[in-house]
Amino acid sequence: MVTTDRAPSESGVAAPAPAEQIFELRGVTVSYAGVPAVRDISLDVRAREITALIGPSGCGKSTLLRTLNRMNDLIPRARVEGSVRYHGEDLYAPGVDLVQVRRRIGMVFQKPNPFPKSIHDNVAFGPRVLGMDGDLDEIVERALRRAALWDEVKDRLKANAFGISGGQQQRLCIARALAVSPDVILMDEPCSALDPISTSRIEDLMTELKEDYSIVIVTHNMQQAARVSDRTGFFTVDPDDRAGRMVEFDVTDRIFTNPADPRTEAYVTGKVG
Amino acid sequence: MEAATVFGAARPRYGERLIRALLFLAALLSILTTVGIVASLLRETVAFFGDVSLVDFLTGKEWAPLFADPKFGVWPLVNGTLLVTGIALAVAVPLGLGSAIFLSEYARPRTRRVLKPILEMLAGIPTVVFGYFALTFFTPEILRGALGVDVQIFNALSAGIVMGFMVLPTIASVAEDAMSAVPQSLREGAYGLGANRMQVSTRVVFPAALSGIVAAVILGISRAIGETMIVLIAAGQIANTGVNPAEAYETMTAFIAATGKGDVPTGSIGYKTIFAVGFALFLMTLVMNALSIRFVRRFRQVYE
Ligand SMILES: Nc1ncnc2c1ncn2[C@@H]1O[C@H](COP(=O)(O)OP(=O)(O)OP(=O)(O)O)[C@@H](O)[C@H]1O
Ligand SMILES: [Mg+2]
Repeated sequence: MVTTDRAPSESGVAAPAPAEQIFELRGVTVSYAGVPAVRDISLDVRAREITALIGPSGCGKSTLLRTLNRMNDLIPRARVEGSVRYHGEDLYAPGVDLVQVRRRIGMVFQKPNPFPKSIHDNVAFGPRVLGMDGDLDEIVERALRRAALWDEVKDRLKANAFGISGGQQQRLCIARALAVSPDVILMDEPCSALDPISTSRIEDLMTELKEDYSIVIVTHNMQQAARVSDRTGFFTVDPDDRAGRMVEFDVTDRIFTNPADPRTEAYVTGKVG
Repeated sequence: MEAATVFGAARPRYGERLIRALLFLAALLSILTTVGIVASLLRETVAFFGDVSLVDFLTGKEWAPLFADPKFGVWPLVNGTLLVTGIALAVAVPLGLGSAIFLSEYARPRTRRVLKPILEMLAGIPTVVFGYFALTFFTPEILRGALGVDVQIFNALSAGIVMGFMVLPTIASVAEDAMSAVPQSLREGAYGLGANRMQVSTRVVFPAALSGIVAAVILGISRAIGETMIVLIAAGQIANTGVNPAEAYETMTAFIAATGKGDVPTGSIGYKTIFAVGFALFLMTLVMNALSIRFVRRFRQVYE
């Protein structure tokens, strides 16, 4: 495994500011019912970057992503070992408030999953359950604008969220996540159910959001990882124990042009699957 | 064998046709049965209203059809039915929906695997057992004994509460099915925004399962209205227009059962009365079902 500290080439000319670490994972192993799904992962996620996780199906990308907001706590027999630090604090320490964890670390899922409520109430859901102060209509509008959806739905905020297109629903889910002012957004194959135009809109959106948020994205789409992400981790399934491993983690350019590991090269160039 | 075209020659599918015919017969049979029941109800009811005025039946406040000077005001029976059903629902709806939320959203999978079958077994207890439980245990030991409520030995309160326990598993089980069917992705979406378990249950799962939950409650209401044994045994058979649940009441079903097993001669006015009350009961459930179907449809529009 190779980890470099170089700043992503995109950030270009200026000398890179000292990177702010959002997540530090050290030796993280996640098991379901005692069987490791992903083993011994160490990586850092930096502020205001897009970190992509790629690799073949079943290598544990979703599993790892879901450890970052403790979504795996919902699965009765899931167990996380190793250390996951968020802004230097142990995310799995006893007494950590899951409500606060998930408020700061938002998540967008593979399939758009709007609630069976109006567009407005979907976005207002988070602020409502968290009892956030401020004008709800304003919060909703700001989140929808940020998710580049406002113009398309502003005249039908009271309409059911199931009535808009899949791509709009996914942006609604992004707006819903943004409405609680998170710090990180986790995205698990957010475009896999969408057409190319919706996909490119969401990619543009991610690039915009990067100015204020840190994003971790799981994707099967190599071009997408190459286009939008700053750093990429490549995962594979270990042939011996069937558990996922991280082969290489580096700035995206390097992963796609000059990877250290031949398995990475084979995968990103499409030679294996 | 050679295919005439790329798809081959269509062979007649006798098996499929036979199954289709059998299924059609099954559907036809259930429709015919229903029609038959309604027709026989209707015939005697029409005969009944040849002897008794509809206005007396609907507006009269006294019910004494078998007396020498008979009175045919059905209101006391309707009143008894509504009172006992109301008490049963006051017990069964909150407890049933509470159990459903617990089983679907709070219980660990193991707990659910144990509790759900027990609950469903409870739904299979014969109602006559509930009836004697109400009369010989719940009224004397619990209401009068433990709680010190001053109730008559036959009373609507005991019958209603015990009927509530009878209906509870039905409501809990059907509502739990509806809530478990809500996709996990909706829960994850809500948890992912920082909602706690209670908020996820009440603000996401419950509304998403609403049409199924309404169906569960309606099923419970239907069972309560149509329930006969418990009221026959434990509520007494006194036509009563009051609202005090400590007193004895006669419900529509209890009247039908009690009179039907007594020796009213076929064709007599007492005999026809059974059918008239039965028809009124049928209309009540019909109207309620129709209302609830509309209700469910309306929510479907909002939530799906
Ligand atoms: N809830 C679960 N219970 C048991 N095993 C699970 C569960 N979720 C995932 N797994 C197992 O963990 C392994 C990793 O799954 P995961 O979903 O993280 O892979 P992935 O890399 O996201 O795959 P994909 O690209 O297909 O989404 C797989 O072997 C999977 O079967
Ligand atoms: Mg996945």
